[in-house]
Amino acid sequence: MIGTRKDLLGLEDLEASEIVSILDTARTFREVLDRPIPKVPSLRGLTAANLFFEASTRTRLSFELAEKRLSADTVNFQTSGSSVSKGETLKDTARNIEAMGIHLVVIRHQASGAPHYLARNLDAGVINAGDGTHEHPTQGLLDIFTIRERRGKIQGLKVAILGDIMHSRVARSNIWGLTKLGASVTIAGPPTMMPFEVERFGVKVAKSVDEALEGADVVNILRIQLERQRSTLYSTLREYARVYGVTSERLKRAKPDVTVMHPGPMNRGVEIAQDVADGKNSVILEQVTNGVAVRMAVLYLLAGHKAAGEAASETPATETKKAHGEPSLHPRR
Amino acid sequence: MPTEKTVERVREKAEIIDGEGLRRAVTRIAHEIIERNDGAKNLVLVGIRTRGYPLAERLAQKIKEFEGIEPPVGALDITLYRDDLQMIDHQPVVKGTDVPTSINEKIVVLVDDVLYTGRTVRAALDELIDLGRPKAIQLAVIVDRGHREIPIRADFVGKNVPTSKKEVIKVHVTEVDGRDGVSIGEILS
Repeated sequence: MIGTRKDLLGLEDLEASEIVSILDTARTFREVLDRPIPKVPSLRGLTAANLFFEASTRTRLSFELAEKRLSADTVNFQTSGSSVSKGETLKDTARNIEAMGIHLVVIRHQASGAPHYLARNLDAGVINAGDGTHEHPTQGLLDIFTIRERRGKIQGLKVAILGDIMHSRVARSNIWGLTKLGASVTIAGPPTMMPFEVERFGVKVAKSVDEALEGADVVNILRIQLERQRSTLYSTLREYARVYGVTSERLKRAKPDVTVMHPGPMNRGVEIAQDVADGKNSVILEQVTNGVAVRMAVLYLLAGHKAAGEAASETPATETKKAHGEPSLHPRR
Repeated sequence: MPTEKTVERVREKAEIIDGEGLRRAVTRIAHEIIERNDGAKNLVLVGIRTRGYPLAERLAQKIKEFEGIEPPVGALDITLYRDDLQMIDHQPVVKGTDVPTSINEKIVVLVDDVLYTGRTVRAALDELIDLGRPKAIQLAVIVDRGHREIPIRADFVGKNVPTSKKEVIKVHVTEVDGRDGVSIGEILS
């Protein structure tokens, strides 16, 4: 269980113990993925809907695979070719899907807070698969899981997160999760890409990439979001690569066994140099494999709550039913 | 925080097998496993978590004593294969399956402490078959207490204990409970 939650909306709202419980469960599923038949019957009879209002390949595939490996039925929805283009509201779209008997909803949306809105309005469990520039909790969890598997712990590690912090929901989820588990996080990137009041996150802000890399155990290199960017934030990609790109030369400042991460898709030669992306310290593909296991863990843990809600609705109201109806997680504003 | 079982109050009535008796039962079952399979060459012992696993390790030690071959031992967590996941309050904690060797073409002896409804064994069989294609699967339990709900029987039994459904059989193993023995109790409702 993730507490008594029905939804996973962000890591900001989770207790450290809840994060650890997800990571421990993910470990079991990592073992399942190595089996000759990498599939378990735990979610048989449940249906998950993947609502992707924004383009995604990796995350959508990863969620779908996770659902299938838990034996859930899956339906997919993409904005193109759906009734969103006919002007249907988010709530109506979701209600219609729920009327079809969906138990779990995975949503990616360009608007920050869209998953929270759905969570308040639906009985189904809602998983945030990335909302605007707010959070991407399963990416944060899989990054933390990968770090823990590689380095054996999180507590006391020095983690550098580099690049476009302002637009990055991946950065936000990583920062919340890592600091809760006791890592020391340093961020660096173009000043135009630093969020306001960045200190609120409890991170150190380095003046340069070199400074952030000094003695780092882990470096997580964020993608320059070419599609989300306004051209005024930096002058040219070449300049970005020269000043902020992670090269093997720069990486020498970090610990010799530094773990190199990237949430993908990579802009090779821009934020990450070729030889760093394919180097021996890179765990970028491991992150992808771990992503399926972590998503299985989240789906499995939330499905338990959903089942409890259903059982409760057959009998007179119980504690679980009450908890169920509450809008559980909102970002503090 | 609620666990998968509603907390039942149980009054312990009697110890039906003491520590020495449990050790003798394990020894006899080890002999029977060897006899049935003409030795220990092709065996893998797989214990169902929690208590089946230490029992499987003990059987492996005994088999090594008698035959000079120590069969590999694995642990099975059947949580993800339970048939009541939709009926219980919260997802139970999964501790993980760890079968360190291929079970293809092996004779797998599944080990558990108590055989009751047979549903746990059903789940374990499903999981084993997902892990590979064993030549055969046999079942060893310390106590068979009856009340089967599906057609499953054990190949090796420590003791048959006729019970009522109001009773509880508890196998204690030192590795988990700090002592060895089997006790019978009564559910207080």
